[in-house]
Amino acid sequence: MSHSLDMKSMHDSVDTGAPAFEERSITPLERVQHFLHRNPAAIPLIVLALAVLGFGLGIGPRFYSAFTLTLILQQVAITGIVGAGQTLVILTAGIDLSVGAIMVLASVVMGQCAMHYGLPGPLAVLAGLAVGGLCGLVNGLLVAKWRLPPFIATLGTWSIFGAIVFIYSGNETVRSQDIDQVAPILHFFGGSFRIGGAVFTYGVVLMVLVIGVLWYALNYTAWGRHVYAVGNDQDAALLAGIRVDRVLVSVYVVTGLICALAGWTLIGRIGAISPQAGQLENINAITAVVIGGTSLFGGRGSILGTLFGALIVGVFSLGLRLLGTDPQWTQLAVGALIILAVGVDQWIRKISA
Amino acid sequence: MKTSTRRLLAHLATTAGLLITAPVLAKNVSACLITKTDTNPYFVTMKKGAMEKAKALGVQLKTYAGKYDGDNQAQVDAIESCMADHADGILITPSDTRAIVPTVQKARQAGLLVIALDTTLEPVDAADATFATDNFQAGELIGRWAKGLLGDKAKTARIAFLDLSTSQPSVDVQRDQGFMVGFGIDPKDKNKWGDENDPRIVGHDVTGGAEDGGRRAMENLLQKDPGINLVYTINEPAAAGAYQALKAVGLEKQATIVSIDGSCTGVQNVRDGIIGATSQQYPLLMAAEGIEAIKTYVETGKKPQNSQGLNFHNTGVNLITTHPVPGVPSISVKEGLARCWG
Repeated sequence: MSHSLDMKSMHDSVDTGAPAFEERSITPLERVQHFLHRNPAAIPLIVLALAVLGFGLGIGPRFYSAFTLTLILQQVAITGIVGAGQTLVILTAGIDLSVGAIMVLASVVMGQCAMHYGLPGPLAVLAGLAVGGLCGLVNGLLVAKWRLPPFIATLGTWSIFGAIVFIYSGNETVRSQDIDQVAPILHFFGGSFRIGGAVFTYGVVLMVLVIGVLWYALNYTAWGRHVYAVGNDQDAALLAGIRVDRVLVSVYVVTGLICALAGWTLIGRIGAISPQAGQLENINAITAVVIGGTSLFGGRGSILGTLFGALIVGVFSLGLRLLGTDPQWTQLAVGALIILAVGVDQWIRKISA
Repeated sequence: MKTSTRRLLAHLATTAGLLITAPVLAKNVSACLITKTDTNPYFVTMKKGAMEKAKALGVQLKTYAGKYDGDNQAQVDAIESCMADHADGILITPSDTRAIVPTVQKARQAGLLVIALDTTLEPVDAADATFATDNFQAGELIGRWAKGLLGDKAKTARIAFLDLSTSQPSVDVQRDQGFMVGFGIDPKDKNKWGDENDPRIVGHDVTGGAEDGGRRAMENLLQKDPGINLVYTINEPAAAGAYQALKAVGLEKQATIVSIDGSCTGVQNVRDGIIGATSQQYPLLMAAEGIEAIKTYVETGKKPQNSQGLNFHNTGVNLITTHPVPGVPSISVKEGLARCWG
């Protein structure tokens, strides 16, 4: 971890042109700002801890049970996985509005391959993953080669992938029992194991793995540092010899693949393969990324923050339900958290201005 | 791919057929069908019913749909296109039951017959007629069935309500409140859910009418009370999601799920014991009768009549279950599958 912090501070010094803050005399408030600037996952972690504490005090042992806490993990697994992909894109100062559509398309492709073409389960999964990667490649080429703004490019592909889902599936839902008979592997991530009272699905394990791998890649590989550099300042990255377009394309392809994995997980969670499912997953993912402290302006943030961001939404949703409030209050709380998160981001940014 | 290609070809053939036959029926009646979306199987079925009937009667039909549920603007545009096109009548499933009313008035003033399908306008007489399922009755049927199934245990039931959305659209309220009345719960204000104080109610949560929402809502309510033994669901996808949540914690035998829709997937789930009972509605019939009504209106000037005692024309609803309960009329899964949609 200290290694990664060192790299981040080196990175910050390039960005701010002020290499050694520590040597100047600074107020405690500035010290806090600097700490938060270097550790973008700190604020969401603090908010998460406070939320767990607060709801725990309000609700009591029912909330603190291992089962409840792991249920929250299960509920956020898909948003966490899609959010991990979204984090990569947002770090490059882009945005991917098509992530939810790619996820559902991949799940529909897996279903069609297994149920209608009679492919063995593992091959159906591979076909779904390939389609996810291909969708990402389309996004990447539009952004990196055609130079379309990511918002516009993925706004278009969101519509296109979404429409393909409905045309290709004929609006048909594949039922859970039929999947169990023909290709049980599609339900793999819905399977679970217990540790005491805690129940973990393989979907939760996948989320942790995806985030762990990306955390390593972003902090300890050249590719990861390039992603940050491209997001910070594309022209500077280009001058520094980074092949910006390759980095961008790779980010979108990886994101597409991650979305396809989320699609596989989705089948496990809801049992069926439904073209109607996951309609708002792009918004959920962006919410997790933003509350997780990753800047929409690129170059700053962390993948761990996204995990915490998704968990914060999960804790608020379940906590408020257990307190017996109407579902509207959850919606209101999440909205307030988004605004708060971006407000804090702006406040932290002041030190580099 | 095979089936979808075949379906596409069939679709193209139908369209081509309509184009070829159209000039022959020059004097004919023309109608518009405007649905909420083009993706929900329910509306896909409605469109199919309208197209088949229009072809059989020689009515020219144009179809429009919103991009998403709630896309009022697209429906306004569609009505205006139909007026410009000098259509004789419009069949519309309103996305926004209030906001569409002024545009509907303009169409009626221009002499078009406007029939609301599936969802009533607010006020209901803003349309010339409404062809719909009695959603309250659909809810009441599953409520009465659940009460009969539980018998004495109904008095101590633990009930979860899986509703549609926080904005409580009319269909959401009518089904939910109908279920309460059927089960013997005092619904308080019949125009909204959530104001009841019956101790048997564990809670309400919203599903968006989809599997993922159904699973999450069920998980949340199980956290409030793991003893839930009766689950009301707004529709069958929500029911399928609720079942997954129950299965994940091994409670699928403890709780009975009831639902409303009558889609083919849903009826199969009744057959397999996942859903205890569902109320089947008939979108194909709504659309087909709507087309007929427009033709009758053009030829005779007669407007459709409401069903007795209702302020709309009831296209019927049937309870489907494998466990019939005395005093609650139901049809078999076999018959349900023969009449299912989607």
